[in-house]
Formats: sequence, C-alpha cells, structure tokens
Amino acid sequence: MRKAVISTLAELADSHPEIYLLTGDLGYTVLEPFADRHPDRFINVGVAEQNMLGIAAGLAEAGFVPYVYSIATFAALRGYEFFRNGAILHNFRVRILGVGGGFDYGTAGPTHQALEDLGVMRIQPGLSVIAPNDVRQARAAIKNTWDADGPIYFRIGKDEKNTSAKFDGGFEMGRVDTSGSGGDICLLSTGSAALDLEKTAASLEEKGISCGFASVPTLAPAPTEKLADFLKGYAHAVTVEDHFAVGGLGSLVAEVIAENGLSCRLTRFGVTTSPRGPIGGVSYLRERHGLSADDIIRKIESILADKTS
Amino acid sequence: MNSAAVTSKTIRKIILEQSKRAHVGHIGSGLAIADIIAALFSGGLDIRNPEDPDRDRFILSKGHAALALYAALLLRGWLTQEDLDSFCTDGSLLGVHPEKELRGIDFGTGSLGTGLSFGVGAAVAARAQKSERKIVVLISDAECNEGSVWEAAMFAAHHKLSNLTVIIDADGQQAFGYTKDVLDLSPLKDRWSAFGWEAADIDGHDPEVLRKAITAPPGAGPRALIANTVFGKGVPFMENKIKWHYWPMSDDEYAIAMDAIGAHRA
Repeated sequence: MRKAVISTLAELADSHPEIYLLTGDLGYTVLEPFADRHPDRFINVGVAEQNMLGIAAGLAEAGFVPYVYSIATFAALRGYEFFRNGAILHNFRVRILGVGGGFDYGTAGPTHQALEDLGVMRIQPGLSVIAPNDVRQARAAIKNTWDADGPIYFRIGKDEKNTSAKFDGGFEMGRVDTSGSGGDICLLSTGSAALDLEKTAASLEEKGISCGFASVPTLAPAPTEKLADFLKGYAHAVTVEDHFAVGGLGSLVAEVIAENGLSCRLTRFGVTTSPRGPIGGVSYLRERHGLSADDIIRKIESILADKTS
Repeated sequence: MNSAAVTSKTIRKIILEQSKRAHVGHIGSGLAIADIIAALFSGGLDIRNPEDPDRDRFILSKGHAALALYAALLLRGWLTQEDLDSFCTDGSLLGVHPEKELRGIDFGTGSLGTGLSFGVGAAVAARAQKSERKIVVLISDAECNEGSVWEAAMFAAHHKLSNLTVIIDADGQQAFGYTKDVLDLSPLKDRWSAFGWEAADIDGHDPEVLRKAITAPPGAGPRALIANTVFGKGVPFMENKIKWHYWPMSDDEYAIAMDAIGAHRA
C-alpha cells in the first residue's frame, strides 16, 4: 500500500501546498514520486525519529500538514513522546505513515515487527488511528483525511496489489466494513490481516460455516456504535490481528462488548509471546504465533462443537 | 503594559512572589534566565501580538522555568494579574510548565529535549513561507544531555537554518548535581561549533550584551548563544545551590530574597 499512498500524497500535494513529507532515511524506491515532484516539501531528516516528529509539530504550528514516514516500529515508538507532546497534545495536523505493521518485515526480525503500534496509538484521545485493509482503501483513506483536524496514525501494509473481494475499498473517518447481520460467529480484523482473513472466511464457507465479517480500518476514534450494532447479532466474536493480543482490535472489541452488556463471547487471536527467535515471512510468523488460517478454522469448529454438545 | 515594562528586576520580583504564593520550587531555574527573558521580551523578539501568524516564535524548552515567561507575558499585557495569581492552583492554565492553551505560548514544553526540534520545524516553516520571522529556543545546559538536542542541532546546521537561534542557559548545574559531575559538557561552545553552529559565549546577565546578541542580523546558519549564567542569580543564598531547584521559600527566606533583588526599592 505504501507506493499507492505516496503517489496519492504526491497528487494531493499538487493542489495543496501545505503538504510535506518527512522520512527517517527510509523509503528508497517508494518516496521518489513525491520527492521528485515536490523536492521543496520533501525532507529526509536522517535516522532521527524524535527530531522528525518534533519538526513535524513545528511545521504544523505554522499551518503545514506534514506526513512522517518510517517503518511502523520506528515511526510509532522511537518518536512517540515527541508525537504525544507535540502533535497530539497540541492537536496539530501531523500524520504518521507507519509502514509494515505486524509481520510485513518479518525476516528483518523482532525490532522491525510492529506488534504494539495500534495499541499505543489508539489509547491517545484526539488521535485518529487508521489501518486500511487494501491498497484501494489506503488511497481513499489518504485522500479523504488529508486535511482532517488533529493528528492521525496510519498503519500501512506493503502489499500493493491484492484487494478485498468483500468490500469496495472506500474510506471515510469512522469507517467499518461489515457483512452479515447475525448468527453464531463473526470474524473481525484490521489492516492487511483483514484482507487475508477473507480467504479464511471463504474456506469456512466451503465447509458450510457462515460467519459474519467485519474489517475495521478505523481503530480511533473508536467506532463503538457500528461495532456494537454488528456484534449484538452474534453469540461469539473472533478477532484476528497482526498485533499483540492485548491493546489492539481485540481489546477494542472487548471494550465494546463489555460496555454495551452484549452477550457476545470473545476470542482474540494475536501475538501473546515474545517475538524473539525464529524469523520468516508473514505466513510463517502467523503460523508461529498461532494465527494461521488453520488455527482460526480449528478454533471456530471447536466453538461450534461446544455449542452443540 | 509594553516592552519597556519588561525588566529583569520585575521578572525576578514576580518569580519570587508567585513561587511564594504557590509554595513551589524551580525558583533558581527561573532566576537564572530572568535577564535572558527580559532581553527577549523587551524588544529582542518581534511580537506585535500573540495571534500574529508572522510573529517571532519563542520556545522555552527549559519549561520548568515557566514563571519567568509568565512574568514577561504579564508585563507585555497578554496575561492578566488574575491569570498570573492562579499559577499552580486548581483549574489554572499556568502550570509549572507552559502549555499552548495559554495566550502567548507558542509550544507547550516540559519534557526536556523536545523544544529544539519544535523550533527547527518552525524555522523550516518560516523559510518555506518566505517569512523573515525568527525562531528562538531557550534550552538548559542539562538539556544538552538529551540526544534529541543533537539530532536537532545536526539538522539545523545541515540545512543552514539562519533564522534559528538557540540560547543555552549554561549555569553549570542540573537537577541532581553539577553538570561537570553528571555529564561534563565542556567545552560547550566547541561542541556546538563542531556541530556546525555559529557559537558564542556571552554573559547571560548583561542586558546590553544579550540584546545585541539576540538582535544581531542572521548569519550563514543557526546560532548558539552559550549564555553563562548563575543558577538563582539575584538571590545570593540561592546562587549555585542544587537545593533551590526544588525547595519552596519560608517566610524569612522570602523576605531576604525580595530584599536581595531590591524589590522594595525603585
């Protein structure tokens, strides 16, 4: 999604001179479309994320709309305090583009696997958190939020081509994509994990198991009403994310269920142990952490088996 | 109230009065920068009003010395006495560290090492907008412990941000010791020069020296003024004493302090 995001940004910047793009020395072969077209508004700040987020706040105070690009772990964590005390506290229009949440940089090892970005970001009041499921939704998200008030954190995947079969790729703030209106089980996911989960849902369909499905690209402001509305129709909810089991979508869904007194039982799929050790691609790491399609299908079958016993 | 009302003596008086009323510390930190703040707000900074988008920007990155800044804002007429008297009371916008919600504050600070990056961004913005406004950031010498200060320093020099001035309140002490014992920063001027800044040592308590240094025309790149100051300056029993980073004054101490700064004399 990152190339699509950058080319969308470059186009927006044609007619919106406020837009800036800062990078922490990353984005080779990705950022050139913006850098070449708007060299006066592109800055490689070097490997200095704290300074990058501070500079973004300084730019935003004067009316600019800076986008800040790095791998999600660095974009979200190294400069977090500068983001918190800068853009978030001041309600400035700074946008973080955190690339490669979850296992997108799996072979790079745990330092590059962002498993907490959605959690640490969605807890900040006043900060919008967006994790598009596919390249179309990523483009729409950038286009439709570029001048939204206040700061935004985007988790942007690396997949540039696959698109959702279930949903139309649109986005506006607060967006939740759902299909199904009630039954035994619903599946919820966010970001590119939601895209892959569609295949799991299709496999379940083939086995005669029909699940409700929600792709949740808006994690903050929490789309509680839409989620509550969707969840109330189901006896069991299963959340799946390339993120720690605590803090992200699963926790958001737990909050919605509990606060609305829904009788929906929740199972959260997420990373529950340290990411240290064996590396690999997305599929391998999902398997390693018990988040594979097979793991999910087995769990759902056992939920249904428990019901009938 | 106008620029002429902003004097170091009045600022020191306000620092002592409000610290006593609110029964708080950080007194020494505020006193150390009283002359710098006076020089900035009596004409060093070009600020017609705090809402002017093209005003010079000032960032007190050494946020815990905020009382000195609040004093200047009062004397410039942008805060009321009632506002100032609410310092550190429930519901006040005047906390120990400045917040942007308060009129006259450009960036909220308090976490050391953040302000210079804000200032660098502001300087980039000013240049992009082809404005002649300048950006001044006041940091403490202890703040130079923070790596982010050096990230910002490298950036500013590399990008030749000649509209950016950093004033370092070099009083030689920090919260839990003297700088030479914690993390020796000397030679401080050489460090800034080595990072590509036009660096100069100046007397941080001489109004004329300060005024000249602050209003000097821009050079080829960013400028670092190492303002040699005395922690607690103006109140001899506080000068260079770590304790006065923290301690509130007793009634007796207050009386002695006010006398020392000549508060009861014209």
